[in-house]
Amino acid sequence: MQPVATTFFFYFLAGLSIVSGIAVILRKNPVHSALALIVTLLAQAGLYLMLYAPFVAGVQIILYAGGIMVLFLFVIMLVNIERSQKEEQFNKQWFAGLLAALALGGLFVFVYVKGPALFQKQTLPIPEQSNTQQIGVMLYGNYMFAFEIASLLLLVAIIGAVVMAKKRI
Amino acid sequence: MTPITTVHYLVVAAALFALGVIGVLTRRNVVIVLMSIELILNAVNLNLIAFSRLWGLHGQIFAIFVVTDAAAEAAVGLGILIAFFRNKETVNVDEVDLLKW
Amino acid sequence: MLNYITSYLSSSVTPGQAGNIFWATVYILLVFVGLSLAVISMNWLERKALAHMQVRLGPMRVGPHGLLQPIADALKLLLKEDIIPDGADKLIFWLSPFLVVTTVFTVFIVVPFGPTHAVTDMNIGILFMLGVSSLTVLGIVMAGWASNSHYPLIGSLRSSAQMVSYEIAMGLAVISAVLMTSLHGVGLYGVSASGSGTGTLSMIEIVRAQLEQQTWFVFKFFPLGLIAFVIFAIAMVAESNRAPFDLPEAESELTAGFHTEYSGFRWSLFFLAEYSGMLAVSSIAVTLWLGGWLRPFPNWLSGSTWDLIFSLFPGATFLFLTVVTFLGVRKMPKHPYFRLETFGLAGLGACLGLVALILFIPAVRDRVQDIYWFSIKVAVFMYLYIWYRGTFPRYRFDQLMKVGWKVLLPIGIGVLILTAIAGIVL
Repeated sequence: MQPVATTFFFYFLAGLSIVSGIAVILRKNPVHSALALIVTLLAQAGLYLMLYAPFVAGVQIILYAGGIMVLFLFVIMLVNIERSQKEEQFNKQWFAGLLAALALGGLFVFVYVKGPALFQKQTLPIPEQSNTQQIGVMLYGNYMFAFEIASLLLLVAIIGAVVMAKKRI
Repeated sequence: MTPITTVHYLVVAAALFALGVIGVLTRRNVVIVLMSIELILNAVNLNLIAFSRLWGLHGQIFAIFVVTDAAAEAAVGLGILIAFFRNKETVNVDEVDLLKW
Repeated sequence: MLNYITSYLSSSVTPGQAGNIFWATVYILLVFVGLSLAVISMNWLERKALAHMQVRLGPMRVGPHGLLQPIADALKLLLKEDIIPDGADKLIFWLSPFLVVTTVFTVFIVVPFGPTHAVTDMNIGILFMLGVSSLTVLGIVMAGWASNSHYPLIGSLRSSAQMVSYEIAMGLAVISAVLMTSLHGVGLYGVSASGSGTGTLSMIEIVRAQLEQQTWFVFKFFPLGLIAFVIFAIAMVAESNRAPFDLPEAESELTAGFHTEYSGFRWSLFFLAEYSGMLAVSSIAVTLWLGGWLRPFPNWLSGSTWDLIFSLFPGATFLFLTVVTFLGVRKMPKHPYFRLETFGLAGLGACLGLVALILFIPAVRDRVQDIYWFSIKVAVFMYLYIWYRGTFPRYRFDQLMKVGWKVLLPIGIGVLILTAIAGIVL
């Protein structure tokens, strides 16, 4: 039962995230784009679960889908979008942008398909300790400095966002 | 069907990355540009975690830091957007063309 | 096929972990049915209890003592006209009630009613629950936006700001409780010398840790567990937009806030989501601090006689309810107009008595223990919700945000630091 379910779920989640990604960049209404982005993020969390990364999946749902997207929706509501929906949605250079991005994507896929010898073939065995515990040990052990700097970065971002959105400094 | 290898995940990430880049380059609404940047960051995350399956947990830790930074960047970017919108009443990227208003 | 079904019955893990899809579906359906029944009875209980607190009677007409009122309400809501405001964004207007209900129901996948009675047990159980309940904020924001009217917009912005602020306090309190799972020492201040930090985020393991440490986490490190529990109890009331934090949906303030423009079935979905959300966060509180499905004193008062005494509690509860119902039957007016209602009430009393008798059978008695204790603790929390609504005045919105950020957050951080220090030093 296992392998078939994995294949089905992979194609389902990957298809869902790509279709929602297309909806993000194509919809006129920013609220619809935000919704599509939420669907993409939730599909991503499912893909992380399939890659045996449950903690990052949980972090993605809490922070990204439950935090950042709420922030986006708030700002979309504060900004008057009625007028912008009637304007022209795409740039004048849209064709060049599309071509460039597709060329970039094609380059990526070419590299992956031609050079799979770069990746070692077998995946690591799933260890006995739970994923959360290992991440905790590593985060507070090897990456302690980066952790503290990330908290400083968040503090700076909070202060910056508050100062910029205030009416009078 | 073929078993799902790392390359499958990398192709999905590349597709999301390309979609994000198209969004940043072609859309005129600032909010949607910011959302496309989030798409790009997500593609990078998927790449990191796909590789962490092969090479250890460092990829997942990096992914957590990427999510944290994405939150900080979204907050600051949207703050800038609100400050700008208060002055010029538009969310069109093409109209951000003066250094001082 | 039959083997597939019966092979699970002797297993010691949840159906999700055993990979048994049939039993997982059965559990999901049971959760659905249980939730609906709980919401219906909560509706009735709220109206009656609130009424009695306010020295009035509440619904008395529809059934005996208003017992059929929730059914009448449900019928009314289903038959109401479905109005969509003029400039509303149809897709989002249609989608947001479903989003809110889906996310709240998804939380119940990991709620453990017993050591094997959960749909599944994830390694990241509590993280999953917190994450999915933060998705309800999205549904509320979308609901307010899609209504294209200013009362819902303001209500939804206030409601989501409130929910996001109190999520942080909830998260800190939860982390304090999760820290305590890694201690392995017995008793109120017990910390094992060999505690090697194998804490866990899984809901079933958290309750097992309380069983192993022989103390409910609300009493662990005496004031700290209690303070963390109180912080969570306050934050969970704010998280579910209930009194005294119900400014975003109070009638006198905002004409029902974000669900103003929703009528009929859509409103009943929001209503269902609100009460299920209350049940969900109460389940988190019960699992993390109050020992989940454990009966009182599982280690101290152990032995077969104490087991027997505690196993009589479910039947005794239903017997008590039966007695109360028959006392109510005696007090019904003797007018022939009330004959049908008296019969109905007596019939309800008979059903409750039958359930009580069934719960006294030894074979049923042992199996029902875990579910009963869990349900009783969650029911206490539900009654507390009603009690708060009848007692406390409403917080003004700036006072609400002040409490969330300036009071609960520093106390939460303090409790976290002190718990961590106590875990290492003691």
